[in-house]
Amino acid sequence: MSARLEIEGLTHSYGGDEPALSELTLSVEPGELVALLGPSGCGKTTALKVVAGLLSPTHGDVRIGGESVLGVPPERRGAAMVFQKSLLFPHMTVEGNVGFGLRMRGVPRGEARGRVERALKRVRIEGFAGRKPGALSGGQQQRVALARALVTEPRLLLLDEPLSALDANLREGMRELIKEVQREGDHTTVFVTHDQEEAVVLADRIALVTGGRLRMYDHPEAFYERPLSREIAEFFGATNFLRGQARNGCVETPLGTLRLEHPAPPGEVTLTIRPEAVRLEGGENSFSARVRGVTYLGTQVLYGLDVSGGVHLRAALPPHTRLAVGDEVTARLPAESLWALADGETTPG
Amino acid sequence: MALLVALPFLPLFLWSFAGEWRFPDLLPAEWSLRGFRALAEPGSRVVEAALSSLLIGGAATVASVAVGLPAGVALGRYEFRLKGLVVFFVLLPILVPPLASTMGVHLTFIRLGLADTSLGVFLVHLVPTVPYTTIILASVFAERGVELEEAARTLGATPWRAFLHVTLPTAAPGVAVAALFAFLVSWSQYILTVLIGGGNVVTLPMLLFSAARGSDPVLTSVLALLFALPAVLALVVALRYLKPGEGDGEQEGFVGLGGKVS
Repeated sequence: MSARLEIEGLTHSYGGDEPALSELTLSVEPGELVALLGPSGCGKTTALKVVAGLLSPTHGDVRIGGESVLGVPPERRGAAMVFQKSLLFPHMTVEGNVGFGLRMRGVPRGEARGRVERALKRVRIEGFAGRKPGALSGGQQQRVALARALVTEPRLLLLDEPLSALDANLREGMRELIKEVQREGDHTTVFVTHDQEEAVVLADRIALVTGGRLRMYDHPEAFYERPLSREIAEFFGATNFLRGQARNGCVETPLGTLRLEHPAPPGEVTLTIRPEAVRLEGGENSFSARVRGVTYLGTQVLYGLDVSGGVHLRAALPPHTRLAVGDEVTARLPAESLWALADGETTPG
Repeated sequence: MALLVALPFLPLFLWSFAGEWRFPDLLPAEWSLRGFRALAEPGSRVVEAALSSLLIGGAATVASVAVGLPAGVALGRYEFRLKGLVVFFVLLPILVPPLASTMGVHLTFIRLGLADTSLGVFLVHLVPTVPYTTIILASVFAERGVELEEAARTLGATPWRAFLHVTLPTAAPGVAVAALFAFLVSWSQYILTVLIGGGNVVTLPMLLFSAARGSDPVLTSVLALLFALPAVLALVVALRYLKPGEGDGEQEGFVGLGGKVS
């Protein structure tokens, strides 16, 4: 039942100067889970509503299963949506809520009953069928909302920040449930979130949207290892940036010449390396440094390092490393973990 | 609270059952059911007037909810040009003294043959009831938003079915409040009924007013009790069934109803 989703040149304007969404193009393979990631107000919910048919785009096209759905009303798109608030119908029981989509499709009562039961079992809600939504906890309500969307066997599953209204301890369980249910049912899924951890854990691919534009669309690890810009690297927690001149595979920096495994574009570049990739050892790309700050985080220790040339780096090391402020160390930037950004217009870290 | 509501009814009750009650006695010297017997007599026209009030009130309620519902959805949910002006025109019938507008309406109704008829009285009762239902329902829909309806749409409901199965039931308490308002406004209408009905259409308020002009406090009290009955019933129903905060919807408006009824 799952279908490919193609979004092409999608632009939506609410009438202001800046469109909420400009020229968004991306495709989601059948059964794939894509996270639309971005800060609030970046246009991701707008994109989801356009796909669902709740908003009409100013320009562009949306195709589900290869066919344009522009002009097709929401109820005939087969794109079920789960919202930030559970939005269960307060006057219906849990069973009535989950069965709603089936009733709208004229599924016979007996068959509907069985499907509702199975859907509730899939989201691990049992024994609540006769209750009203008001009698359920927030987490239970959100699972019922998920069951209500799943029961219709939608071609597309659209999730609009379904976890953000939940307590932190419930969020993780719900996240796993969504992933499990999505795999099991092979649902093509678009998941909107502002939480990059959530996106990384859940998504097959992440579409990073800021200011209404798609900045990068790739697998989660690419955002850590091969970001397209400093902005993206920073969004994913990168803190080390070094300016330099690229010359035949090496980059001249204030720290000396560093060798890179990934090719660097010639000219001005900004090198980035994740704090957790920095090693305290000798060898290639190594230099002496002095510990300037120590932050113990439980699962790791974050060290601020002063390096020659006024450069400041951060290194995240295993929690058993015991270094104190003022210690002299040797730090190494492994060639395979260095990544060159072509934008060049940045200040040294 | 209950005492506060009940206390004003006490003298009415006492008078209703009084046989003889002279100043300065605290309680009637004699008790009787004279007032109630008088009501039951065919000559009193009370049953006829009550039925007529019920019929006109019921019809006015149905009609003003039927008009107020789509108008309330439009005003509550959508922004459009000159919305303020539209709201002003909706409210105008409540703001303008009924006497002023009804004189004109009367002339038109005479021409149309609607004067002195129940149909005419029903139509003129809509002048005050429609603005009330429209404004109440507009606030109900403005508060509820469109999210539930949108959820219903993505689950396969057409706009009409989403409205019917989701919006209307969740707005039901608000619709009930609007309907009660419309009914009570129509039920207590005197001036409009007199002007358009011309004495031909006899409703309860007309009997009540003529009894009050007469000098029989017993009959007046009995009529006043009968007259207050729907308001009291409405209050009881409102308190019992329309509990605010049930489910996850914020169902305000009952406070207003309670205030009106008590």
